[in-house]
Amino acid sequence: MEALVTILIGTLTACGVYLALRGRTFPVVLGLTFLSYAVNLFLLVMGRLTVGKPPIIVDGITEYADPLPQALVLTAIVISFAMTAFVIVLSLKAHLEMGNDHVDGKHKP
Amino acid sequence: MNLSLVALIPFVGAILVASISRLGRLHAAWGAGTVTLLALAFLYPMIADVFSGQIIIQRFSWIPMLGLDIVFRLDGLGLLFSLMILGIGLLIILYARYYLSERDDMGRFFAYLLMFMGSMLGIVLSENIIQLLIFWELTSLSSFLLISYWQHRQESRSGARMALAVTGGGGLALLGGFLLLGEICGSYDLSVILASGDSIRAHALYLPTLILVLLGAFTKSAQFPFHFWLPNAMAAPTPVSAYLHSATMVKAGVFLLARLFPALSGTPEWFWLVCTTGLTTLLVAAYIAMFKHDLKGLLAYSTISHLGLITLLFGMGTPLAAVAGVFHIINHAIFKASLFMAAGIIDHEAGTRDMRRLRGLWRFMPHTALLAMVAAASMAGVPLFNGFLSKEMFFAETLHHANQPWGWLMPTAATLAGIFAVAYSLRFIHTVFFSGEPVDLPKTPHEPPRWMKVPVEILVGLCLLVGILPALTVEPILAVASAGVLQGPVPDHDLAIWHGFNPALWMSIIALSGGILIYLVRRPLSALHDRFVDRVEFKSLYNYLLNQLFKISSYITYLLNSNSLQQMLFVFMIFILMLGLAGFNENASALTGDRALLPMDGVSILVTLILVIAAIGAVILHRQRLVSLILMGAVGLGVSLVFIKFSAPDLALTQLSVEVVTIVLMLLALYFLPQFSPLESGNYIRSRDVMVATAAGLGVSLLVWAILTRPYHSIADYFLSNSVPGGGGTNVVNVILVDFRGYDTLGEITVLALAGLGIYAMLHQLKLSGSEQDSEGQTWDRDLHPVIMASFVRLLLPLALLVSVYILLRGHNLPGGGFIAGLITAVALIMQYLANGVTWAHTRLSVDMHNVIGAGIFIAALTGLASWFFDHPFLTSTFSYLHWPIIGEFELASAMIFDLGVYLVVVGTTLLILIHLGLVHKESHLTNVRKRIR
Repeated sequence: MEALVTILIGTLTACGVYLALRGRTFPVVLGLTFLSYAVNLFLLVMGRLTVGKPPIIVDGITEYADPLPQALVLTAIVISFAMTAFVIVLSLKAHLEMGNDHVDGKHKP
Repeated sequence: MNLSLVALIPFVGAILVASISRLGRLHAAWGAGTVTLLALAFLYPMIADVFSGQIIIQRFSWIPMLGLDIVFRLDGLGLLFSLMILGIGLLIILYARYYLSERDDMGRFFAYLLMFMGSMLGIVLSENIIQLLIFWELTSLSSFLLISYWQHRQESRSGARMALAVTGGGGLALLGGFLLLGEICGSYDLSVILASGDSIRAHALYLPTLILVLLGAFTKSAQFPFHFWLPNAMAAPTPVSAYLHSATMVKAGVFLLARLFPALSGTPEWFWLVCTTGLTTLLVAAYIAMFKHDLKGLLAYSTISHLGLITLLFGMGTPLAAVAGVFHIINHAIFKASLFMAAGIIDHEAGTRDMRRLRGLWRFMPHTALLAMVAAASMAGVPLFNGFLSKEMFFAETLHHANQPWGWLMPTAATLAGIFAVAYSLRFIHTVFFSGEPVDLPKTPHEPPRWMKVPVEILVGLCLLVGILPALTVEPILAVASAGVLQGPVPDHDLAIWHGFNPALWMSIIALSGGILIYLVRRPLSALHDRFVDRVEFKSLYNYLLNQLFKISSYITYLLNSNSLQQMLFVFMIFILMLGLAGFNENASALTGDRALLPMDGVSILVTLILVIAAIGAVILHRQRLVSLILMGAVGLGVSLVFIKFSAPDLALTQLSVEVVTIVLMLLALYFLPQFSPLESGNYIRSRDVMVATAAGLGVSLLVWAILTRPYHSIADYFLSNSVPGGGGTNVVNVILVDFRGYDTLGEITVLALAGLGIYAMLHQLKLSGSEQDSEGQTWDRDLHPVIMASFVRLLLPLALLVSVYILLRGHNLPGGGFIAGLITAVALIMQYLANGVTWAHTRLSVDMHNVIGAGIFIAALTGLASWFFDHPFLTSTFSYLHWPIIGEFELASAMIFDLGVYLVVVGTTLLILIHLGLVHKESHLTNVRKRIR
């Protein structure tokens, strides 16, 4: 199972980095979203992989998944949504004011 | 008795004054006066105690672990300064009420003035030196606001900036000095520091400490070579100059010298550093003052010179010199405040401050002239006026060092400075009020309003009272203040006008006659000065240094910022890869650890495969934007499956609802953006980026693998075992969010709210036009709101809201909570917007989302504050169980109210963003429709 997670996070990171290096705003925003998926998963699995043990206290059960990374990731998801929204609106504004959607605000010759 | 209030009342007053000034112009002046009187009233009951030799200390615990307390201290020195700050402050307020014109905003002026007053009081009443420094910096900031009060004038702004740069820089040095002082003494309390003078002076770090502290004091007190900011600060309104440069701002520097006198003085280093600076300042500034044509310029340099005199007195290090220093602080404050006010009256009534044009004003304003003459005589050191007494003490002190090598230098320089002082005082009086006729003044001068002169009269009266009857008037406060400086017995000093024919008297006589002589030959001297000396300007050196600083920083910016995001991101990635590589190389242990691995199952393999294919597909097809967006949505949903698999139901719910909102948002945005990305980068760039991306992915994979195969120690046990007994909830993730780490969550919803408001600011009144066709070249469907969808969505709304309330309420014990419930509500409402149109939904949901966000943060913060009332730390939660009929056992926790705040912020922000993007859409649709009709 660990190998699958490893492959998944690596792929998401690679896709995110490649898209973030593109020259137009929209792919860059997609790239940032991919990176945030990768980072959120990465943070979650810092608590190691646990299957079927959600951190909800039930009498008689002593083993639970680590709740701390989960709490961190929960807010991270919401904040990365806010960031994505901000960046996409920023790119709209840039598109309007520059007349194109290049990340540097200009067409390459 | 509440000492802290004396310093804090002006700050509260500042807010009050700023708000009541809307009711009427003069309310601000009355308010400021009342606030000052109130502070005096709080000070009054403590005066007797201080005179009986007590030191009043009031302590509040702040960060006890760091030894930081908020401590106030009132001793003789603090009392003297507090009385000067409040007393002269009161007179300044009265004066300013008549000085400011109709156009000036009185509320702003008096609010700044009170802030400044509070900061000054904070300095002189602080026991903790870190706290002292905070107030010290506050004086720099509030004086910046005061000096730049006339913001439309360029000279005000540059003068204020210069003052801030110089005194702020000094404040930085002072911070260093205070930290060293605290290290040496093991305490930041003045009581400890003042008592451990011997160990400070013997310490290896004494010299750096001394230099840093002196840098702070000298910049504040405008000592040479940092003096240039003070004349440039004359761009301030005259009441400000009168206040800042007589009793307050610049006196903070000499206050510091007096305050730390027992701790730092008495070494050769102190003597040489402080005396040399003081002597140079005294002489140079007095010399320049003689040739200034601007009335306030003359007073500015005279102020610098007198501060040099006081510095020199403290530099001598003898107890008697310190007493003389304190005495001159008092006298200078009195006569200089009145002189500035007189200069302001002249400026106000004659329209200029240029002494080449101001002549013979005696005929027009004899009353003001008389007042100015008394004050100027005091400044010159004429007998029977207060300045004479302290100046003679100063002359006498300089003679103590006469028998040392170079000992003749000090009395000679002192006499010379005395000569200059007489000359410039004479010029101030004789040129302005006598000597010919005015030269084309902008208006005919006349006496000012009656009450504008009252403050000057009071101060001039004090000049005379102190000058003639020193023992009866000033002696008690001087003695108690000197005791505060010396922290011990005050040496015998005789405040009499006549001490017989001693050397000090002869020095006074030489100064007086020499000054008159110089004044007589002022014309040729002035010509000589203009020709040779006037070229040397420290201001231009300062400007040169400032320009160099700008140049260097723009060069560094140019080096690091190549104006291309792609380029910079590439460099950034390479740098990160190198860091990662270095980290891997550092560690010699095996990649795979010894933790037992979980078995794979078919479903997991399938999901991973789908996710990987979708992600890579999104990258390959990224130029077809809609397709790649859909693929990205698929990946997002897949990620929520991963969350479920690895025991994180809360995360899965959050991810699921965030994904919906994100995709809606991106689709809305995509409508306005090009549907395809052009093929831009060449093969080389693309293969280079593929390599970088692969390396990054590989690096992260290796890292994840290495971590996942190793065991670890978690702090989770604390949260797991305390969640139910401490937080009252079984959903540990939610309890962490709203209770254990509630403060973080408060910060996070604030960030969320700020992002929402930022987006609103960008979208507000944005006019965009989207394309008329979709990516396939077909025109959009005209049926914007299909009936079936619209009706179904309306039916779904109550159900969706019910679910979100359920999720919110159960969040403490089962997966759910404010974040998730907020997102579900937002999705439910957005569905209405999508299906029924912005106008339809907007008329039915007329709540302003700004208020929802505000209410959310307010509720969350208030829940936190509420625990203070029960003497618990911020955001301590409490809970109990209720038994409701039918529903059964029901938990009520204060954390749930906090969660409600979170919920409101999430709903508000999400809707604020999407509604306003939707409004932009509506606009663009309308334009398109109009185009089609045409």
